[in-house]
Amino acid sequence: MNIPEYTPALVVAIPLLGAFLTPLVGRVNDKLRNIFVILILAINAMLVALLSYDVLVNGIQTYIFGAKDLSYPIVRILFEVDAMSVFMAIIGSIVLLVAVIYSWAFMKENTGLDKYYTLILLLTAGMLGMMLTGDMFNFFVFLEITSISSCALIAFRTDSAESIEAAFKYIVVSAIGALFVLFAIALLYGQYDALNIAALSNAIQYTFLDKIALVLLIAALGMKSGIAPMHMWLPDSYGKAPATISLVLVSATLASLYGALRVIFTLYGNVLSTISNSGIPLNVSIGWLIIALAVVSIIIGVIMALIQSDFKRLIAYGAVAEIGYMFLAIGTGIAALGTQYGETALTGGIFHIMNDAMDVGLLFLVAGAIYYSTKESSLNKMGGFARNMKYTTILFIIGFLAVSGIPPMNGFASKLLIYESTFMLNPILAIIAILGSILLLAIFVKVFYSAFMGPEIPRFKNVKEVPKSMLFAMGIIACIIIFFGLFPELVITNIVEPAKNALMGYSGYVSQIVGGGI
Amino acid sequence: MFTIETGSGFWNPIIWVAAMVIAFLVTYILRSFGNKSYKKNTEQTKVFLSGNPEYQKEKMHVKADNLYWGFTESLKGFYSLLKKVHTGNTGDYILWFVIILAIFFIVEVI
Repeated sequence: MNIPEYTPALVVAIPLLGAFLTPLVGRVNDKLRNIFVILILAINAMLVALLSYDVLVNGIQTYIFGAKDLSYPIVRILFEVDAMSVFMAIIGSIVLLVAVIYSWAFMKENTGLDKYYTLILLLTAGMLGMMLTGDMFNFFVFLEITSISSCALIAFRTDSAESIEAAFKYIVVSAIGALFVLFAIALLYGQYDALNIAALSNAIQYTFLDKIALVLLIAALGMKSGIAPMHMWLPDSYGKAPATISLVLVSATLASLYGALRVIFTLYGNVLSTISNSGIPLNVSIGWLIIALAVVSIIIGVIMALIQSDFKRLIAYGAVAEIGYMFLAIGTGIAALGTQYGETALTGGIFHIMNDAMDVGLLFLVAGAIYYSTKESSLNKMGGFARNMKYTTILFIIGFLAVSGIPPMNGFASKLLIYESTFMLNPILAIIAILGSILLLAIFVKVFYSAFMGPEIPRFKNVKEVPKSMLFAMGIIACIIIFFGLFPELVITNIVEPAKNALMGYSGYVSQIVGGGI
Repeated sequence: MFTIETGSGFWNPIIWVAAMVIAFLVTYILRSFGNKSYKKNTEQTKVFLSGNPEYQKEKMHVKADNLYWGFTESLKGFYSLLKKVHTGNTGDYILWFVIILAIFFIVEVI
């Protein structure tokens, strides 16, 4: 199949163009606007699928914005798309498409939907840009686009002071994180006169300034990913945004996680085994620091989730624990670089990125469905919803079994890889991870009992099931969860392993640009 | 397509699903041997609370906050510490970022 070389550019350009056209289409008709946005994101998802096919079959794809000839003063930006980039783009495009399908009925009674859909498309462009770009400054620009549009979406319900407060906290945290990312990029640019990730990776010497840049990048992107103890913005934002936006924020957060992975494995890929100041290899010290934060995330996430009575805030703390699992696997992969179990840990961690987006995303949509039908978010006031909301109940069961890592759901397959590989590094890590999963199960059993089981509450006697479009959107995610759970090897072989190999084989990423004639 | 190697073992969801189906069938068969004297809408189906009157249905539902009371009570000290840390103050959010940054600096740079 012949895939046009400009596909990476289209993946970002189409939602960007769609964002500016949405208010115009909205002037004609609300229905037409909704169809237009779904169409834009469906086309984008197809382009991502084509690009993924191209990358997985033919290898890394690049697209040059600006000067193509190296003999002139070069003003240009490169998109460099490898299997890890497309892996993340697949997650992002699925999540965004599901979010707009769900929004059709869910947001129907809200005003200002032109702005809502415009911001969603802007966020899509920013998020996919972060995943596809091969340029550090460009990464920063897309990070800012994602942060600003996310902030506006969190504050979408302007009648709620809590939403505004959550958005304020989000933008403060994001702006400071982005500022440190920019500072780190400036340090690298000042030394190497380059912004291209591959060129920087090739040139990096691990000087004093490089060390500072690495620390700034990991800490800032770690905070944006929601790793504890820098996670506190996350329950505020996820909890107070509309359910669809909580789902979108999950994938936006994962884009920052992708940034951290790109920095560690690609930007600093050729110096990872350098001996650091403490006398131990850089990969070991960085790996263990990440593991320590991951363990804190798992413990704080589950312990805090257990005492929450707000449905979405509870899921948000669960999401903090899930981020902990990803970082635990990634930290293990870094600390045990070059070992078989280190690779297994990375495979599990990358697989878990996708599973987390689906599992936590589905739970947020279920919380949204309950809010839509009952206008209630406090678990203390809920009960007996399984009587009137049978499909939502089934979807919740699928979501909570998956997020708790219960077989045969997708969460189990990725967590099993994480348990076994972390056990090889240190058995205590595996014990903490398993205990975390048990507590996650206990937390969602509490939700299941308090919201769905029990006698019928008179106030909710006339509660009805949510519209079909919302069920359809949740059903898409549920089907993915079950499919990934039943066919884990298929998923791992075709998209997870190539992503892991792309991440670990930084020399392939570098040689595509440096010495590759581009 | 179904089996993943974990390094020290394997995972096959189809075998697990098959095992669950067999377990369900065995349970169902055992259940069919049970006592069939149960009669609907008789004294047998009335709730017995040691002779106390039954509460209204909605009041019988245990609220989310009361579930796992024993667990949260036994970890009261830890919870009060965690709640203190989660101030909701944006300045504190940034302070945690600075603390983590400082730890990374000490380990990796200095």
